[in-house]
Amino acid sequence: MSLVVRDVTKSFGGFRALDAVSFAMDGAAMLGIIGPNGAGKSTLFSVVSGFMAADRGTVALDGRPLDRLGAAARARAGMVRTFQVPREFHHLTVRENLMAAAPGQSGEGLLGLFLRPGRVRAEEEAIGAEADATIAFLRLTAVAGTPAGRLSGGQKKLLELGRALMAKPRLILLDEPFAGVNPVLVAELGERIAALNARGIGFLVIEHDLAALSRLVPRVLVMDRGRVLAEGPPGEVLRDPAVREAYLGGAAA
Amino acid sequence: MEAYLVAIAIVGAIYVLLTLGLTVQYGLTGLVNFGHVGFFAIGAYASALLSLEGVPLVASFACAALAAALAAWPIGLVALRLRDDYFAVVTLGFSETVRLVITSERWLTNGVQGVPGIPRSFAGLGVGMAGSLATLAAIALVCLAVALALRRIARSPFGRVIEAIRDNEDALRALGKDPARFKMQVLALGAALAGVAGAFYAHYITYVSPDQFIPLVTFYVWMAMIMGGVGRVSGAVVGALLLMLFLEGTRFLRDVAPDLISAVDMASVRIGAVGLALILFTLYRPQGLVGDYTRR
Repeated sequence: MSLVVRDVTKSFGGFRALDAVSFAMDGAAMLGIIGPNGAGKSTLFSVVSGFMAADRGTVALDGRPLDRLGAAARARAGMVRTFQVPREFHHLTVRENLMAAAPGQSGEGLLGLFLRPGRVRAEEEAIGAEADATIAFLRLTAVAGTPAGRLSGGQKKLLELGRALMAKPRLILLDEPFAGVNPVLVAELGERIAALNARGIGFLVIEHDLAALSRLVPRVLVMDRGRVLAEGPPGEVLRDPAVREAYLGGAAA
Repeated sequence: MEAYLVAIAIVGAIYVLLTLGLTVQYGLTGLVNFGHVGFFAIGAYASALLSLEGVPLVASFACAALAAALAAWPIGLVALRLRDDYFAVVTLGFSETVRLVITSERWLTNGVQGVPGIPRSFAGLGVGMAGSLATLAAIALVCLAVALALRRIARSPFGRVIEAIRDNEDALRALGKDPARFKMQVLALGAALAGVAGAFYAHYITYVSPDQFIPLVTFYVWMAMIMGGVGRVSGAVVGALLLMLFLEGTRFLRDVAPDLISAVDMASVRIGAVGLALILFTLYRPQGLVGDYTRR
């Protein structure tokens, strides 16, 4: 499994948000993406996940080009994203949020619903059990029955991760998973992500919390003004003077 | 007096059916359908014209549902890609187009003169009370069956997905599900219910003409839904009955004080009152009368 992004360019009017971005990652690995605000990280996520069309360039998963697929089809291909600002289904409970994400439910068709009630019930039980296990794994059990709109920012981040897991992806794109999460939970969430990675799920992670990210991923990609500035192990990359210049505006140089 | 009450009950039940259709579309899924009356009109004309050709009522009712659902298909294809507000405009335009087509295609619809002499439902029981009561019983049964089916749908995996669409469509796409597929089914389902309501209407009133299918009907249905409680199946029933109370109440107002207001003015006053009621409900009771107070 591999994700290959080649020469991806995206402009908004005269502003070039992504300028010939290329990188490749082993799909079972973990790669961090860092860079100052406005570097193009979230735009890159949107293009890779199919929420925005690139002006130029290609995105391929396992050698299969994804460029003509929409966001839903890309997710079904095994690549699921989360959002920087959590997009929970606010009227649904945490448990329902997770259950909604499970793929291939026969109860999602009106015919199946009325013609095969027994099968739908059996599926619901299985999906419910899976959702409960995921909820426990993310330590959300206490709020499992709470409408998701009432969760704290950090809990919503966990919910998004849980929902992504329910979709059975091979690669998860996390957009700032630690933002708004309290420091104790950050360490715990990091452990959870590492545990999932050990099970073979790949992660592409945008994160501003460099310390937490450095503990989590072996490699990072540094972006600045729509370009890839550097790539390598976090410690090494952060010592690069060009990176320090871009990231810290030279203040620490 | 009994005949009057039964008549109101029948029209009220037709509004219940219409409101149930809108509840699936807007209440559960968030589709802003401002063209509900268009599907109502298609159902009414389809069943009326077919039955005049000798098609049995059971079959013509089924065709009314099917025709309305089929009419929803191209609308969905074009408009479901649009943002909510554009979708609202397209559906409103659709219902006006339906009305204009009915007005101009005289060979089929007899234009503004309308279609008279539509076979009455349960004509075998005569034109009196028995036929009306049988009609009322039939439509009440249909309403009950539809309400139960919708409740089932709302609590099913399908219901979960359409509520997810209402809350955040992009998040659903990110999880690998295509909102358009579900929205299309919801649009067709709501349209089919409006079509059946149209068939009941046509075979009860026995006369249809384009001026019965003005956009105001759509907004009456919206008002019923908002008063009853958006997104609740029971809300659709309560709201539609409340709407009848309101519409008939304003009629009595004129009976009580005929000099106070003329018939022409009364029509305008009603529309104004509908608008005022919508604003007041949205401001002070957005969850409607039987809405869920724990949510939102």
